[in-house]
Amino acid sequence: MTQITPELVKEHGLTEGEYAHIKRLLNREPSLVELGIFSVMWSEHCSYKSTRFHLRKLPTKAPWVLQGPGENAGVIDIGDGDACIFKMESHNHPSFIEPYQGAATGVGGIMRDVFTMGARPIAMMNALRFGDPSHPKTRHLVEGVVHGIGGYGNCMGVPTVGGEVNFHRSYNGNILVNAMCVGLAKANNIFLSAAKGAGNPVVYIGSKTGRDGIHGATMASAEFDDASDEKRPTVQVGDPFTEKLLLEACLELMATDAIIAIQDMGAAGLTSSSAEMGDRGGSGIELDLDKVPQREANMTAYEMMLSESQERMLAVLKPGREAEAEAIFRKWELDFAVIGITTDTKRLVVKHKGETVADMPITALSDEAPVLERPFTPPAPKHAPVTFDKSKKLMDSLLTVIGSPDMASRRWVWEQYDHTVMADTVQRPGGDAAVVRVHGTNKGLAISTDVTPRYCQADPFEGAKQAVAESYRNITAVGARPLAVTDNLNFGNPQKPQIMGQIVAGIDGIGEACRALDYPVIGGNCSLYNETNGEGILPTPAIGGVGLMQDVHCMATIALKREGDALLLIGEMRGHLGQSIYLREVEAREEGGAPPVDLAAERKHGEFVRKLIESGRVDTVHDCSDGGLLSALAEMAMAGNIGIDVGVAGTTVEAIPFFFGEDQARYVLAVPAKEADRIESELREAGIIHALIGKTIVEKVVRVEREGEISIAALRKAHEGWFPKYMSAPHTN
Amino acid sequence: MKSAVIVFPASNCDRDAQTALKQLTGKDPHMVWHQESALPDVDLVVLPGGFSYGDYLRCGAMASQSSVMKAVKAHAEKGGAVIGICNGFQVLTETHMLPGALMRNADLKFVCRPVKLTVEETQSAFTRKYAKGQQITVPVAHGEGNYFADDETLNRLEGENRVAFRYAEGDNPNGSARNIAGILNEKRNVLGLMPHPERVVDPLLGGEDGKALFQSLIETLA
Repeated sequence: MTQITPELVKEHGLTEGEYAHIKRLLNREPSLVELGIFSVMWSEHCSYKSTRFHLRKLPTKAPWVLQGPGENAGVIDIGDGDACIFKMESHNHPSFIEPYQGAATGVGGIMRDVFTMGARPIAMMNALRFGDPSHPKTRHLVEGVVHGIGGYGNCMGVPTVGGEVNFHRSYNGNILVNAMCVGLAKANNIFLSAAKGAGNPVVYIGSKTGRDGIHGATMASAEFDDASDEKRPTVQVGDPFTEKLLLEACLELMATDAIIAIQDMGAAGLTSSSAEMGDRGGSGIELDLDKVPQREANMTAYEMMLSESQERMLAVLKPGREAEAEAIFRKWELDFAVIGITTDTKRLVVKHKGETVADMPITALSDEAPVLERPFTPPAPKHAPVTFDKSKKLMDSLLTVIGSPDMASRRWVWEQYDHTVMADTVQRPGGDAAVVRVHGTNKGLAISTDVTPRYCQADPFEGAKQAVAESYRNITAVGARPLAVTDNLNFGNPQKPQIMGQIVAGIDGIGEACRALDYPVIGGNCSLYNETNGEGILPTPAIGGVGLMQDVHCMATIALKREGDALLLIGEMRGHLGQSIYLREVEAREEGGAPPVDLAAERKHGEFVRKLIESGRVDTVHDCSDGGLLSALAEMAMAGNIGIDVGVAGTTVEAIPFFFGEDQARYVLAVPAKEADRIESELREAGIIHALIGKTIVEKVVRVEREGEISIAALRKAHEGWFPKYMSAPHTN
Repeated sequence: MKSAVIVFPASNCDRDAQTALKQLTGKDPHMVWHQESALPDVDLVVLPGGFSYGDYLRCGAMASQSSVMKAVKAHAEKGGAVIGICNGFQVLTETHMLPGALMRNADLKFVCRPVKLTVEETQSAFTRKYAKGQQITVPVAHGEGNYFADDETLNRLEGENRVAFRYAEGDNPNGSARNIAGILNEKRNVLGLMPHPERVVDPLLGGEDGKALFQSLIETLA
C-alpha cells in the first residue's frame, strides 16, 4: 500500500489540518484511493467550503420554485404542467489551458446537469470574459472558446441563443467561460439524484472511462502560474456525438418508470456522483470497478475514481429493470453496465480486483467536508465623483463607444452558434434577452446572462445588486416576467481577506436584489482561485435569469419599427459617469463609483413596462445600461434601420452625462405617437420619473439637438466592424 | 402527401422537419430510424439536418453506408421524391444521389444566419410554387456547405437547369461554386440544399419563405 506522505497530502490540495481530520474520521490512515476521493470531494470546486456559509443567506424559495439549490439544476413551474430546468456553470480553468476542449466540455457538462433531471435542453447561453484585446493570447482564446462552444452545442442541436462577451486586462491570465443550459420537462416527471433504498442496482451509462481529466476539480481549486500550460493533460476531451446519444437514450429511459435516481458524472466523475447520490438518498453505495467500461488498459482504482471522462451518467434503477434499460442504451450504441448496488450502510465501498480499495462513511465526504468562515475585509466602495472633459464631441464619442470592444456587435460570435435549430427561437441574439418558445404553445421563455464586473470591482455589493437588476430589466424588456436566477460566482483567491470580502459583499448584494425583486436563486456554481501569479480577476458574479411570457406574439424587441414614434425614457436621469464605458473608452479612465441601484424603482419601473408590452400597447423597448442612453438609442436605430431625433429634455444634466451616464432602473421605449400622451399620464399617476426625449424620423440618421448627426450606416460600420477586424488581423505571435 | 423523416443517431433537425410537415400537410410524417432497411409507403423522404453519426469523418460519409440509405436510394430510383436539407444534402452527395461535394466553409467557420437566395428553377416538384428569379430569405447553419464540383459538372448542372437555388450575389456564406445553394438530380425528384426551409414556415421565426417549398410538394405529390 502506498505510504501517505506529507508531500502527497499537499499534492492533493489538502491542508495538514484537513488531513488530520480525515484520519480522525476514518480512525486510520487513508488509502491512496481514499485520499484521492477526499481530495476532490473536499476541494473548493465540489464542497463550496469557502462560500457555503454565505450562500445559505440567498433567497431560494417562491411558490413557483419546484427545486432550489442542492440538485444538479434548479426547477421552476411555468404552468400547464410544464417545468423549466436550468443552471449555469463555469469551465474557466480548462478553457484557459485548452480553449476548444475546455469550452466544449463546459457546454457538455451543463447540458448533462439539465437532462439528468429529465429535461430536454432547449437553449444555451454563455458569459465569456477575456483579457485585454491587445494581449497576445486573447485572440487565440476567443477563437478557441467560441469554436468549442459552437462545436459542441451545434452538434447537440440545441440553439445557443445569446450571452455576453467582455474584455479586460484582469482576465489576461484567467479567462471566464460560464455556460448556461435551459431545459424543458414535465413538472410531474423530474428526476433527482437521491439514491434511496438498499439493494438497488447502480448502473453506469454513456462513454467509457479513460485517464482524462484526472484531478480536474482540484485544478479548478488552485491558482494558476506560468507553468499552467503543463496542466493540459487534466483537460477533458468532449464528444458531442456521444452526448447526443446519451441525451436521447436518457430521455427514452426516463419515459419509463425504471429510474430511482440519476446523476451526471461531472467534476470528480465516479467519486462525486456516487458519493452525492448516496448522501442525498441516505444510503450506502458499493462499487465494483472491474465492471466499469474502460477505454484504456490497466487503469488503477485511483484513476477510475478520479477520471473526468465526459458523457457519462450514473443511475440507480428499480431492481429487475436492468434488461429494459440496457436495451435502450444498446439501441443508442452506448455502454451500459451494472457496476454496483445500494446498501444500508451509508458507506462508500469501492472494490477492485477482489480488494476493497476504499471503505468510508459517505457523510465524511459531504457533511464533514470543511465549511470555512474565512476572515474577510469588507470592501471600501469607491464613491468619489468623477469629472469629465467638456470639450469632447458627443457624436465622435458615440462612434468610439459603440465600436469599442465591450460594446461592438457580437455577430462574429453568435453567427458561429446555431441559434435557430429546434425552430422555436423567437428572439435571436442581439436583443436584451433571447426568447425561445415552449414547443407547441404560445408561451415563451426569456433568458439573459448579466454582470458588469467593473461595477463589482468598484463596489462589490452594489455591483452584484446591479447584475441581478440588469437581468431583471433585460427579461422585462422583452415582455417576460422574471422568475428565477442561477448564479455563477467567479472570484479570486478566497484565502485573501479582501477577495473574501468581495465574495461576501457580492453574495449579500445578490441576496438583497433577489429578495426585493422576488427573483429567487435556484442553483449556481462558484469558481474561485481565478488568479494567475497572484493577480485576481475583477469580481464577476454572473447572473443567468429566466422569465416567462404567456404569449410570444406580445413580445418587444429593441428594433425601431415605425417613423413618428415618440421616444420615451423611463427612470431617473442623474448622469452617473463613474465606472462608465464612456469614461473608460473616451477618456481612458476607470474611475468613480458604481451606479447605485434602487431596487424599489427597478421593480416599479419593470412592472409598468411589462404591462405595456403584455397588453400589446408597446413593442419596442430597450434596457438602458452599458454605454448609456445614446448607445441604447443608437442600437435601436441600427436594429430597425430607422432614424431618431433627440434632445436633452427638461433637465440640468449636461449633454455628456445625459447621453452616456449609466444610471440604473431605466428603459427606452418607442411608443406609437397616439399612445404617448396616455402612457405619459399613466406614468405620472404611478409616480414614475420619465421624459419624452425625441422621436423616430424618416432620415436614416441619429440626430442630437445642438450636437449634430451621424448616419446609421456609419454607426453600423463602427459597431459591426470591430470584432471581425480584430479577429482577422494578422497574427503577431 | 405522405412523408417520412429519416432519423440518424445525431440528426438534430428531424423534429423541425416533422413539425413543419405536420403544420403544412396536417399529417404526422413517419419517423424512420437509421437501422431500418425498408421505408413505409410514402411520397416524400426527408433527410434532415444534423450530424448523422457525429460527422467526425467527412459529413455524411458514414450515413451514406447506412442500411436506411439503400431504401432511400431505391425510393428515388422508383421516382419517389427525396429532399436533403443541410446534413441531408451532404448525405445525398456522399451517396452519389447528387453530384459534387460539400467542403468546409471557405472561412473555416460554422455559419448561422439568414441568407438571401434566388429561386433559379421552378420546373420541379420542390419549387413550382415559387416564381423564377424570386428572392427569398432562408437561414443557413453549417460548417461544411461549400459546394464543389468540377467545371464540367457545374456546366452540366446549369445547362440542364438543375441549380434550384443560388445564394444572392454578395451573400454567399460559404464559398460555394457559382453561388450554388441547392441542386436537383437528373430525374428532378431529388433535391439537396444547404439552407433550412423548415425553419421559416412561421412569421414568428423570421419569415415564411420556406412554406412554398413544402406547398409545391403537397401540390405535386398529394
